[in-house]
Amino acid sequence: MSASELGRLAAQSGEVIDRTSPIRFNWNGNSLTGFKGDTIASALMANGERIVSRSMKYHRPRGYMTADFWDPNGFVQVGDDPNVRSGHRLIEDGMTIEPQNVWPSLDRDIKAANGLVGRFLSAGFYYKTFIKPQKLWPAYERVLSTFAPGGKVDLDTPHRYHDKRYTHPDVVVAGGGPAGMAAAAAAAEVGANVLLVEHEHQLGGHLLWGSDADRAVAAELANRVSAAGVEVLTNTTLTGRYEDNWVGIVQRSHPLAVERLIKARAKILVVAPGLIERPYVFAGNDKPGVMLSGAVRRLVNMYGVKPGARAVVFTANAEGDAAAADLDRVGIDVARVVDARNGENVVSASGSSKSVKSVKLGDGSEVEADLLVTATGWTAPTSLLNMAGDRPVYDEGSARFYPSVTVDNVLSTGGISGDGSVDELVAHGEATGQLAAGRASVVKHRVQALTARSVPVAGPEPEWTADFRPELGRDDHPELFRSTTHGIVDFSEDVGSKDLVAAAKEGYDSVELLKRYTTATMGPAQGKLETVNTVAVLAEARGETIEQVGTTVWRPPYVPITLGGLAGRNFEPVRVSSIQPWHEANGVTPIIAGAWIRPEHYGNPADEVNNTRTNVGITDVTPLGKLDLQGPDVPKLLSQLYTNKWMKLPIGSVRYGLMCAEDGVVLDDGVTGRLGEEHYLMTTTSSGAASIWEWAENWLQTEHPEWQVHVTPVTTGYTSINVAGPKSRELVGRLVDDVDLSAEAFDYMRVRTGTVAGVENCIMWRIGFTGELSFELHVPSGYGLHVWETLMAEGADLGVKPFGLEAQRIMRLEKGHFIVGQDTDGLTQAPAVGMNALIKLDKEDFAGKAELAWAMESDQVPHVVAIQTVDPTIVPGEACQILKGTTNEIVGRITSSRMSPTLNRSVCLGQVDTAHAEAGTELTVLLRNGQRIKANVMSHHAHFDPEGERLRG
Amino acid sequence: MLLVPCPNCGPRNSSDLHYVGEAQARPNPSEATPTEWREYLYMEDNPAGWLRENWYCRSGCRQFFTLERHTGSNEFRNPPMPGNKVGGKA
Repeated sequence: MSASELGRLAAQSGEVIDRTSPIRFNWNGNSLTGFKGDTIASALMANGERIVSRSMKYHRPRGYMTADFWDPNGFVQVGDDPNVRSGHRLIEDGMTIEPQNVWPSLDRDIKAANGLVGRFLSAGFYYKTFIKPQKLWPAYERVLSTFAPGGKVDLDTPHRYHDKRYTHPDVVVAGGGPAGMAAAAAAAEVGANVLLVEHEHQLGGHLLWGSDADRAVAAELANRVSAAGVEVLTNTTLTGRYEDNWVGIVQRSHPLAVERLIKARAKILVVAPGLIERPYVFAGNDKPGVMLSGAVRRLVNMYGVKPGARAVVFTANAEGDAAAADLDRVGIDVARVVDARNGENVVSASGSSKSVKSVKLGDGSEVEADLLVTATGWTAPTSLLNMAGDRPVYDEGSARFYPSVTVDNVLSTGGISGDGSVDELVAHGEATGQLAAGRASVVKHRVQALTARSVPVAGPEPEWTADFRPELGRDDHPELFRSTTHGIVDFSEDVGSKDLVAAAKEGYDSVELLKRYTTATMGPAQGKLETVNTVAVLAEARGETIEQVGTTVWRPPYVPITLGGLAGRNFEPVRVSSIQPWHEANGVTPIIAGAWIRPEHYGNPADEVNNTRTNVGITDVTPLGKLDLQGPDVPKLLSQLYTNKWMKLPIGSVRYGLMCAEDGVVLDDGVTGRLGEEHYLMTTTSSGAASIWEWAENWLQTEHPEWQVHVTPVTTGYTSINVAGPKSRELVGRLVDDVDLSAEAFDYMRVRTGTVAGVENCIMWRIGFTGELSFELHVPSGYGLHVWETLMAEGADLGVKPFGLEAQRIMRLEKGHFIVGQDTDGLTQAPAVGMNALIKLDKEDFAGKAELAWAMESDQVPHVVAIQTVDPTIVPGEACQILKGTTNEIVGRITSSRMSPTLNRSVCLGQVDTAHAEAGTELTVLLRNGQRIKANVMSHHAHFDPEGERLRG
Repeated sequence: MLLVPCPNCGPRNSSDLHYVGEAQARPNPSEATPTEWREYLYMEDNPAGWLRENWYCRSGCRQFFTLERHTGSNEFRNPPMPGNKVGGKA
């Protein structure tokens, strides 16, 4: 029989394709035509294409088996999009579709030779064969990776738009079959806000490929859903249920976004995914032409596709019978109906590599056929219930698993809960919807009652409704998993029943171990098709029942999610100072620092350093954390947070402080100034702005609620500008009239408030991170750009130039100022940074006091020291190790290093152990290229102006 | 994602809050022995059952508070009023 036995049927009453809208697409280099509404699968089969891929391990030719989202054989490359599910994706004009995993071609695949040596490719083959010798693994890997399945990723693919949405519906219904639609409509009709999510392209579930009467019910329910105001999302999958009904939903049908990730907080979740048909295990069960009854019914009734010319139908249920009737109705020769309920069986399918040709039956007879339809039962996709804590229980009589544990806020309905006529399913769905709406109103009431700041909740809490639903029945179904022969169990991973039996014999006889060892159920189908057969084969191998073996736990996601979908739209805010427009207009090279974008330099950092040291430079330090502290007990708070003393800081003074966590590790540092009787301004490191605020609140709210202090974060309220250099006083003087800037009236470590460039309420303090005479101006942010531009204009004749973060970092390193987190790490306790004078153990309490007392007695703490290389031209990279003499013993590391434009030599800070911390100690530094160089520990942290004459000027 | 009942803001996603840790009293740092202090710093009871723990409503009211949570079921009980004294460990 030839491929032309496939094709398009005459119009069917339930078809979803539009025969008046032809669509041209490209398959494997050939131009083909389908209709609007066709999936890739239906369009290919209508064009006579039976083979669409090759299996992962043995490279056996494969055709469609389920012809829907779960089809394990239908992964294709669409344009630059790999691993597209062709049973689900609709065709579009001009679409280019290529088969995957078929090197060198679909028809002639040299790796099919794997099939000949299949018995050597058993479970664990790769582990067992290539594990030794280990050093050869990279060579093996290169060869094996060309065999790996999957499509091609094009790194030049343009970014596409993905989106995110957050929503808080009362009820989310997963599944738009008869029960799901009825549940959604019933819940909405009594006032619940309902979101109905349907995996497929249309609402209706299995009614869509049923009778005309079935479709009439589906249409009526869809109208009811719409009239009740339910929000319906089709081609959308609920992928996971997490704590407190936080659910993830992937919408593939958004008009603008390729995919939209919806995060919903459902008060009640209704799980109604229906059932997934299970394949049968027998020899040749993966030959093209072996299909499930649901696939055949979908293809015939929804897409008008002829799936073969002569069929054998193996049926154990009404769906199988209906498939035989459908085939007969459209004129396909049904050569034999094999009824499992009468003990009849299918033993094997044989034929060419391209198609089934004959089917061997249990009675020994052989029937010629190019289509073998199996209807051997269903798998209940209990994934979402598993995620809510349910462990499904097997029922022998109906040959499938059922949910066992009821979680209050998750309800199930439809096929997953039991069997019934369409009317019974609808009735069960309606009851579920009413129950869900009732419970949702209780949850809503509780949320509102728990929210102190909300409008007081009206009335008493509604009563929590007990489950009043009549139970759905369970139809008898023969247990059919494997025939008398062995076949494929996991089609996407190419794992056969023989492999499972062998693995069980090797000792992998627990279902969770078996799964990981053989990879059965771990492929793209994720167990939807093969879990129950895997469990059944294992039970047979162990001589036990399915109930005894149990099943694997289904975890999120229900379907794979693309990384683009997970990333969604970027919600991360970007922070810039009010001066950013000026920076951008003046050639800034920006740097990303946490949430901030700030100037790194304006061309040449070394020139910026030289100009600041010679004339005057200005830099934008707005990200510096700033906390406004007010109240009578601020000194107590400061004493608690910092290691040094704060009870007597005079008004108008600024003091440096070091903060430690309770383990004595340096947490932050900065200066705090006293602006008024009960008014202070604290600065923190840029990266510590948020965490130090929380740290201060923690002490105020928990240990010392009696202290009267109000903390206000003002980091972005002020634009901060540091004016540094020998001419800084002259420059600032040109902008300030109401503050005496002379060295006598406003000396080092003092703070003043005044008017700068006409802007009132500016705070200025004299500090010196750069080591130069400097004034730090904190200007109300609305005027930041104005003050900056005035400084640039007024200072033109003084040689004022901006400098960026890099110049600032060079200058601080020249001065030996450490940076928390750069020169200290998560283990660096305060005694390491050489400021023991700032650790006041005679204070009654401060954060970290206990540990610091012990650390100061210890000789085990590392020390931060200034280091200079003997060869001044070598700048060791940051994090280079410091070794003991000629040994490989690590005694420290370089933490900061730069070429100093001021000293014309390299300067470093580093951490060394106590034995190497003494001034004058010769160190060995291991460079990244492996070279060892000599360096010396300096007597002072400052490489430049250790006496501080410049900054005090 | 866990819903945490902030006493001010009502149930909020746990990502809106900062989990501070188990509620423990802070020893006097001038008197504690190293063993006592490090017990406080590093040791948690981590019971399978009811646990008193501290939370900080970082993205909402910015209050610290103590809640009782069942570590098995993630159920909360006795939501307290804000301002209760709780341990200060960060």
